[in-house]
Amino acid sequence: MSNEIEAIKDPGLPAHVHRKADTDPAAADRAERQVATLFGISALGTVLLIVSYIFVPDDLFIFIPVMGNQNAHQLGLGLGMAISLFFIGMGAIHWAKTLMPDTEVVAQRHEFRSPDSDRKEFVEAVKSGASASGLGRRSLIKRSLGAALGLSALSPLLLLRDLGPLPGKELEKTTWKSGTYLVTDPGNRRIKSSDLEVGAVAQVLPEIEDPEHRKLSDIAKDAVLLIRLRPQEFNLEADRLAMTHDGIIAFSKICSHMGCAVALYEQQTKHLLCPCHQSTFDVTRAAKVIFGPSARPLPQLDITIDGEGYLVARKPFSEPVGPSFWERNSQ
Amino acid sequence: MTVETQLGNVANYVDERTGAAAWMKKNLQKVFPDHWSFLLGEVALYSFVILLLSGTFLTFWFDPSQREVIYEGSYEPLEGIKMSAAYASTLHISFEVRGGLLMRQIHHWAALIFMAAIVAHLMRVFFTGAFRKPREGNWIIGIGLLTLGIVEGFLGYSLPDDLLSGTGIRIAEAIIQALPVVGSYLAYFAFGGAFPGEAFIPRIYIVHVLLLPGAFLALITAHLMMVWYQKHTQYPGPGRTEKNVVGYPLMPTYMAKAGGFFFIVFGVTAFLAAVASINPIWLYGPYTPGQISAGSQPDWYMGWLDGLVRMAPPIETHAFGHTISWNILIPGLIIPGILFTGMALYPFIESWITGDKREHHLLDRPRNAPNRTALGVMSLTFVMVTLINGGNDIIATHFDLSINQIMWGTRFGVLILPPLAFIITKRLCLSLQRADRELVLHGRETGTLLRLPHGEFVEVHEPISPEKAYLLTSHEQAPPLELPAVDGRGVKRAGALRNKLRARMSIANAEQITKVSADDLKEIEHH
Repeated sequence: MSNEIEAIKDPGLPAHVHRKADTDPAAADRAERQVATLFGISALGTVLLIVSYIFVPDDLFIFIPVMGNQNAHQLGLGLGMAISLFFIGMGAIHWAKTLMPDTEVVAQRHEFRSPDSDRKEFVEAVKSGASASGLGRRSLIKRSLGAALGLSALSPLLLLRDLGPLPGKELEKTTWKSGTYLVTDPGNRRIKSSDLEVGAVAQVLPEIEDPEHRKLSDIAKDAVLLIRLRPQEFNLEADRLAMTHDGIIAFSKICSHMGCAVALYEQQTKHLLCPCHQSTFDVTRAAKVIFGPSARPLPQLDITIDGEGYLVARKPFSEPVGPSFWERNSQ
Repeated sequence: MTVETQLGNVANYVDERTGAAAWMKKNLQKVFPDHWSFLLGEVALYSFVILLLSGTFLTFWFDPSQREVIYEGSYEPLEGIKMSAAYASTLHISFEVRGGLLMRQIHHWAALIFMAAIVAHLMRVFFTGAFRKPREGNWIIGIGLLTLGIVEGFLGYSLPDDLLSGTGIRIAEAIIQALPVVGSYLAYFAFGGAFPGEAFIPRIYIVHVLLLPGAFLALITAHLMMVWYQKHTQYPGPGRTEKNVVGYPLMPTYMAKAGGFFFIVFGVTAFLAAVASINPIWLYGPYTPGQISAGSQPDWYMGWLDGLVRMAPPIETHAFGHTISWNILIPGLIIPGILFTGMALYPFIESWITGDKREHHLLDRPRNAPNRTALGVMSLTFVMVTLINGGNDIIATHFDLSINQIMWGTRFGVLILPPLAFIITKRLCLSLQRADRELVLHGRETGTLLRLPHGEFVEVHEPISPEKAYLLTSHEQAPPLELPAVDGRGVKRAGALRNKLRARMSIANAEQITKVSADDLKEIEHH
């Protein structure tokens, strides 16, 4: 502490400076009128709100510079409400600042710490209470109570068990099976390789019996992206190349990072980009991650054609699609 | 009867039934210090009230259900499209309920302002040292409110079940699923089965409208009662000491100002809601896991987390048939966990370093606590860099930059810039202390040049007022803790390493430009 060095003295609170309204009755009356005007503007705001609510149709659009075309009904309601509230506040504060006392008041603080005698008695009381219960000496009680309390916390956990089913192997499975037809989404039509031009992309889903009631939780695992390149543009291992058909390669559309739809395809570079966290996958190299936080390529679906030339899955996905989870066993 | 007599009668009536006269008398005259920065917490409180009011309005029409419906409302582009009842009812509020869109906008704007005010208030409390004893408990409640606010905001904008918010829920699910051992179980419990299922929206709805608002009410009440009971801190200055509080009495001045300020906050929120459209969910379409829109962005208070996740290196561990996603766990849980725990414990860490166990009611000027200020700016820099990366796609398209370069820039930036910010801020604080010293010693530059008889030009300095001189020198300059490695009897003290660390931090913390003393001034006068 800088106790030895003499500090500069506290000159005390500066003298109070009176406002005009404190000394001049005319100024005080003027301030009163100003406050009343502010409250009056607020009332006009409420009128604007009521008029907009009742008389302005909600399909009327008006042009306002800078903002462009605006819905007059919504704008009237909003501005009316804003004006009515804002000017109540302005009036109240102007009132406080011009007419209410502005002399600073000094109140004393007291240290929170109680006098030593009280503290001593308090601490003693806690101690004697604790020792009277025997908590310190009777360790059997202490331990068994601890165990009972700990165990009782399990019951809410157990009772919450029915929040959902156990995952089992579900996270690893999709609807895709050997021979499942690829159908367009939307449309639910089977497709031939000729439907897809070189450079084109299409989202497909597995064909199911009741496409009207396809579950979102199935789409969340089944969505597949078809991309057609020239076969010579691929830079794939033989087994991966065999999973393509006629330049068409199929990847899970569900990002291997956090499950977003990997929807951005850049034709020039043949990169797939996830808009959520910018993981970037190289289509020509089996969706290898070339940028971003994803640690795994998108799973590739093995596709071929049936006798009539429609695209089908030759095999289900060989690994779980979507984000990682503890039980995931690959590599 | 005049208003005064009427109110007097009310006071009588209340006292005869409660005996509250003594308590009320004292508290109606309670003194509140005045400063613009004390309004930040008030903005947060008032936004919360606005959220309760506008949120209640929305519940009258919102249908928290993921049941599939076919849209038949007045918004033509979505006519006949399959969607959840939650999304359809949000469209109904936006297009058919009169004033519904305005209320949705007020609710969302109030949430953004709520979080911004909390963060600004937190910065005020941190940089002025208001969290010191006896207010550590209130600081922790504040951190709890900040955390709950982030969760509550996220749940709130997830409720409409549009394509953007559904993507946010998908990411939240991936974070739960990434937890080692229990992840996939917790995800299945939270979602009632496979993502997205039909259970999640109804569940987060009740959390959003009942559970968390209840927790907010309890914590805010405790927060305010502590402020009331412990009395507000005040800025240093002439006449202000650790033992007093200088300001305006609650009734009428402070009441009128604070009450009026509520209406101003509400009015500004309504104005923003009227003129600036946010979250136009009808443009996004209903959620389906197979689709997404480019430029997906969370609300601002989630942006830094998103930015962290984006910049994470692509690391996963595959071993013994299991997978651990470090690329999700580190940015999504571990770093935020360290940040928030560190924040909550900071008052105790600082008092351990300074060894200061006294009560503090006078605030610090940030320059007079260089280490703390530098630490705060360092943390803010960290969050800003990650926030920038959270918007890297938007920045890339708006400024025609490469997204990869922004990502690499922020990946390095997040490691280099925060320490740099620490060093620069600390130097700046010490420079400002030096400037204060100059000001007290040599006075204010008047801008008047004087030519001396021998031709030299000098600038005339004018002494500053005694009030200002006191303000610039009233702070305490504590020397570092003395923590010798051996005790009085020459025996090595226990915990040598910990003591060494503490001593080093204490020395760094005590680095100051010596303030001007009364003796220095006297000496100057003699010249």
